[in-house]
Amino acid sequence: MIAKEDIPFLPRGVRLHFDKVRDQWVLLAPERAVTLDQVGQAILSELDGIRSFGTITEDLASRYNAPAEEIAKDTGGFLGALLDRRFLELRQ
Amino acid sequence: MNARPPIAMLAELTHRCPLSCPYCSNPIELARIDSELDTETWKRVFREAAEIGVLQLHLSGGEPASRRDLTELVAAAREAGLYTNLITSGIGLTERRLRELDEAGLDHIQLSLQGTDAAMADEIGGYRGGFDRKMQVAGWIKDIGFPLTLNAVMHRRNLHQLPRSIELAVEMGARRIEVATVQFHGWALKNRDTLMPTMEQARETDAIVTEARKRLKGVLVIDYVPADYHSDYPKRCMGGWATTGLNVTPDGEVLPCHAAQTIPHLQFDNVRDNHLRDIWYDGSAFNAYRGTDWMQEPCQSCDRKLKDFGGCRCQAMAIVGDAAATDPVCIKSPHHGALQVQADAHAHSDRKDLVHRTAPGKPIPEPAE
Repeated sequence: MIAKEDIPFLPRGVRLHFDKVRDQWVLLAPERAVTLDQVGQAILSELDGIRSFGTITEDLASRYNAPAEEIAKDTGGFLGALLDRRFLELRQ
Repeated sequence: MNARPPIAMLAELTHRCPLSCPYCSNPIELARIDSELDTETWKRVFREAAEIGVLQLHLSGGEPASRRDLTELVAAAREAGLYTNLITSGIGLTERRLRELDEAGLDHIQLSLQGTDAAMADEIGGYRGGFDRKMQVAGWIKDIGFPLTLNAVMHRRNLHQLPRSIELAVEMGARRIEVATVQFHGWALKNRDTLMPTMEQARETDAIVTEARKRLKGVLVIDYVPADYHSDYPKRCMGGWATTGLNVTPDGEVLPCHAAQTIPHLQFDNVRDNHLRDIWYDGSAFNAYRGTDWMQEPCQSCDRKLKDFGGCRCQAMAIVGDAAATDPVCIKSPHHGALQVQADAHAHSDRKDLVHRTAPGKPIPEPAE
């Protein structure tokens, strides 16, 4: 589980990349390339290593005019899966 | 034929290597130094790869650190927009060279592990002092902060060291470990009697991996290549022939997989003569087993045919003598029973000696009678 105050960030060796050949965003990681949909790309481009998970989900909720709780749940699920695959790290 | 763009390219920069592992994935006939592609040609190949959709570049060998232009090649690959992964034994890397690679933008390192102590690792690698050096290199990798995958190659002689290999990966700060049971192609075919795991070892390895994955969730990702001959279904080799990746040899031949040269009727194009795009889409070797039209029975009517694409073409060639046959690992193959008997015989052989791979241009050793 990612707590509200955790600051999620992409560690070294994991980066967003726009794939011009396939016209889509991908997450490049050690020996993996993960295709991102619009939602995934929107979430990951919010990670600045400064704002907390709570702040990011509140910002996303107001921008997309969606319930904050729902956004937090979906974002948490998406980032949690990246955390398990070691594509994401947290700091307090 | 409708082919999608490739995602990954394995660049075998050289066949030279200080180690001489008896399961080396390089071909039996090694490319000599004077036939290797030069720096500028590799740079062009990297740009062509990025142009046709390659995202991941694996810099391999042999030992890629044996190339003096390695740092320059990494910088060129990053400039082309590729994610760069260095597949290395660590031998030939100094702290200074690693810092240069860091500056050049190297994204990730995959470090091979032949054993968890010097006695095992140096015997398997055929290089005294190799293990100690590797541990030193692992320390520098950690200090610099490169993301690290430990690639533990496992077989009958060292499978008892698997738990320690996993611990070692955690200690090194690796994010991933590949538990790669030896695949029997090329040099490994000469060592089946010594390296083939027993069925019991294969099942115990399954259990160790399952337990470690649970325990180390979020700490260490474990990729697992199970013992091939002891499985019921074949591997989806290369993600399907000519669907995902391509391999460039030190002298510029472009292969659908690293062992494809063992299929004698295939003809390979060379990056010196053709753009990678033409080779990937129109090359005869790539189209030979692309899709499913080439399949025989039992593959052709099998509901798994898009799952595993009939398994490994090179294994079908090596064991059955027909590259279009069903991979004999498959329980539906008429050769499956014979393969299991053969695997069992290899696994219970008393042999402990190793046929180490040789150096490019040197005579090819054979197992003693």
